[in-house]
Amino acid sequence: MTDRPVIAIGLGALVFAALAFVPYMVDGYGMSLAIAIANYTILATAWALFSGPTRYISLATVAFFGVGAYTVAVLGEVLPWPVVMLVAAINGCLLALLVGLSTLRLAGIYFVIFTFGLTELIRQVVTWYEVKVTSTVGRYVFLDIDQQAIYWQLLGVAALLFLSGYLIGRSRLGFALRVIGGDEMVARHVGIDTTRAKLLLFVLSALFMTLTGAIMAPRWTYIDPAIAFNPQVSFQTVIMALLGGVQRLWGPLLGVIPLTLLFDWLNAHFPNHYLLILGIVFMLIVYLLPQGVAGALARLRGLRSRKERASAAMKEARQ
Amino acid sequence: MLTNAILSGLTMGGTYALVAMGLTLQYGVSRIMNLAYGEFVIAACFAALVLFASAGISPLVALLVVAPAGFLLSWAIYRLLLMPLVRRAPSRGALEVDSILATFGMLFIVQGIMLALFGGDYSSYSYYNTPVDLFGTTIAANRLIVLAVALAVALAAWAFLMHTRSGTAMRAVAVDPVAAGLVAIDVRRVAAAAFALGGAIAATGGVLISMFLTFNANIGVVFTMKALIVVIMGGVGNVVGALVAGLILGLAESFVATFVDPGLTIAVTYAIFLAVLIVRPQGLFGARAR
Repeated sequence: MTDRPVIAIGLGALVFAALAFVPYMVDGYGMSLAIAIANYTILATAWALFSGPTRYISLATVAFFGVGAYTVAVLGEVLPWPVVMLVAAINGCLLALLVGLSTLRLAGIYFVIFTFGLTELIRQVVTWYEVKVTSTVGRYVFLDIDQQAIYWQLLGVAALLFLSGYLIGRSRLGFALRVIGGDEMVARHVGIDTTRAKLLLFVLSALFMTLTGAIMAPRWTYIDPAIAFNPQVSFQTVIMALLGGVQRLWGPLLGVIPLTLLFDWLNAHFPNHYLLILGIVFMLIVYLLPQGVAGALARLRGLRSRKERASAAMKEARQ
Repeated sequence: MLTNAILSGLTMGGTYALVAMGLTLQYGVSRIMNLAYGEFVIAACFAALVLFASAGISPLVALLVVAPAGFLLSWAIYRLLLMPLVRRAPSRGALEVDSILATFGMLFIVQGIMLALFGGDYSSYSYYNTPVDLFGTTIAANRLIVLAVALAVALAAWAFLMHTRSGTAMRAVAVDPVAAGLVAIDVRRVAAAAFALGGAIAATGGVLISMFLTFNANIGVVFTMKALIVVIMGGVGNVVGALVAGLILGLAESFVATFVDPGLTIAVTYAIFLAVLIVRPQGLFGARAR
C-alpha cells in the first residue's frame, strides 16, 4: 500500500496533462465553458479545503477573488505578469491573515455574517475610493493574455490546489482539522493548536481564490467593484461545493460541473428567472442532498457492500 | 443641520430597531437564522405600494392586512419548510448551518419572484410628503408618522414579551429550550409563534419603510444585514437591546451622511458591525459568552 500516494499523484498528473489539450479540441464557446468550470473548480475546492473539515461557512470567497482581480487592474500594465501575480498573492494572504486572526474565534453564525459583511465593506470602500480619489468607477484591463493562456494558468493553479489538498489530507494538519470539525473542544484538549491550524488553512484557501481572481481579470477587459466583488460568486461557490460534497477533495468537482452547465443554460434561456431557479436549486440541495453528491455516493456504496455482505453471510449460513 | 441629522437618524433608527426586533425574535427564540428576512421586509413594501397605487388604501390601513399576512406566511414557512430541518438537526450548530442555507435559498426565491413581478427599478409612492416645521428644521410628515408607529409597535412587542404569559414563554425558550420544555412549555409551538411574530414585525417594518424610502427588489439584503447588525449589537434575543442598538445605528448613519460623506454610510455600518463582532460578540448589553 506504500505506493498509493505515488499512484494517486501520477493519475492526477495524467488527468491534468490530458486536460491541457482541451483548447485544441473545442471552439470559442467550449473554451469559455472550460474556463468557467476551471474557475469554479478552484474556488469551490479551495472553499471546501477550509470549510469542509472546519464547518465554517465563509461568504468571503469573492472578497479574495476581487482583491486578486483589482491587483491586476491596478498593476497589470505597470509590472511584469509574474510580479503582478506575486503581489496579488501577497495581498490575498495578508487580508486572509487579518480576517483569520480577528474572526476564527467566532463560532458558527457570527463567522458567516462577518465574512459577508467584510465583502460588502471592501466593495463599498473600493467604490468610494474610486469615485472620490481616482474619479473613476471602473478600470480597463488591457493585457495581452488570451483565453487559452487563462485556461492553462487556471489549470496550473487547480493542479497545485489538488496536490496541496491531497498532501494536507494525509498530513498531521489534515488530521488536526478533521478533529476540529468533529469537536473543537476535544481538539483543544488533545493538544491541537486549533487557531493556528484553522488560520493556516484559511490563508491557503484564500491564496488560491486570490490567484484565480487575478488570472480571471484579463477576461473582462473592464472591471468595477460591482463586477469584481459580486456576492453572487461567493453564493455560487458555496452551492457548488455543497452539492458536490465537502468531505472529499474531489467532492466539489461533482457540484461544479453540473451547476456551471446549468447556470450557463439558465442565463441563456431564462435570464429573468435566473435568481428564482438558483434559489430552488439551493433549497433542493439543502433538503435532499445534505451530504452532497459525494456523500450520497458513499452512502449508496456503503449500503450496497453491506447488502452484499449480508447476502454472503446468508449463503454461508445456509450451507 | 444638527437637529435635522438627529431627527432623520431617529426615524431611520426607529425603523431599524423595529425590523431588528422581528429578527431577534426569529433567531433568539426559534433559533432560525433567517437570511431571507430582508426579502420579506421588501415584499411588504411592494404589498403596500400595490394597495396604495391600485386601491388607494393608506399604508396605515394596509398595515392591518399586511402584518397578519406576514404572520400567517411566516408561520406556514416555519411549519412546512423549517420544521423538517429542526427535526433532523442533531445539534444547535447543525440547525444554524442548515437554516442559513435553507433561508439563503428562500432569499433567492423571494427576490426572484419580486424581480419577475416588479422588475429591478426603484419604486416609491408619495404619502403625506408635506413638510412640517419642528425644532427649527423641516421634516417630511411621513417620517414623523413612521417614527411614531415604529416606536408604538416596538413598545407593544416589548410589553407583550415582558408582561404576558405567552411572551414570558417565548423568553423562556430563548434562554433554554430544554428547560422550557421541562416546565410544560410547548417549545415547538412557541418557536413557530415567535417566528410568525417576527414575520409580522418584518411586514410592519416593510410597510413603514415604503412610506418614506425608495426601494427595489434587490435591496432586501441591505435590511437583513442592518437588522443583523442591530441584533448582534443589542445581544441575540434581547428586545430592549435591539431597540437601543437600532437607534444608535440610525443616528450613526445619519451623522456620517450629514457630516462626513453620504457615500460612506454603508461602509461605516459594516465597520461598526465588524468592530462589535470582534470586540463584543455577545452584544453591547449581553453578558452571555459564546
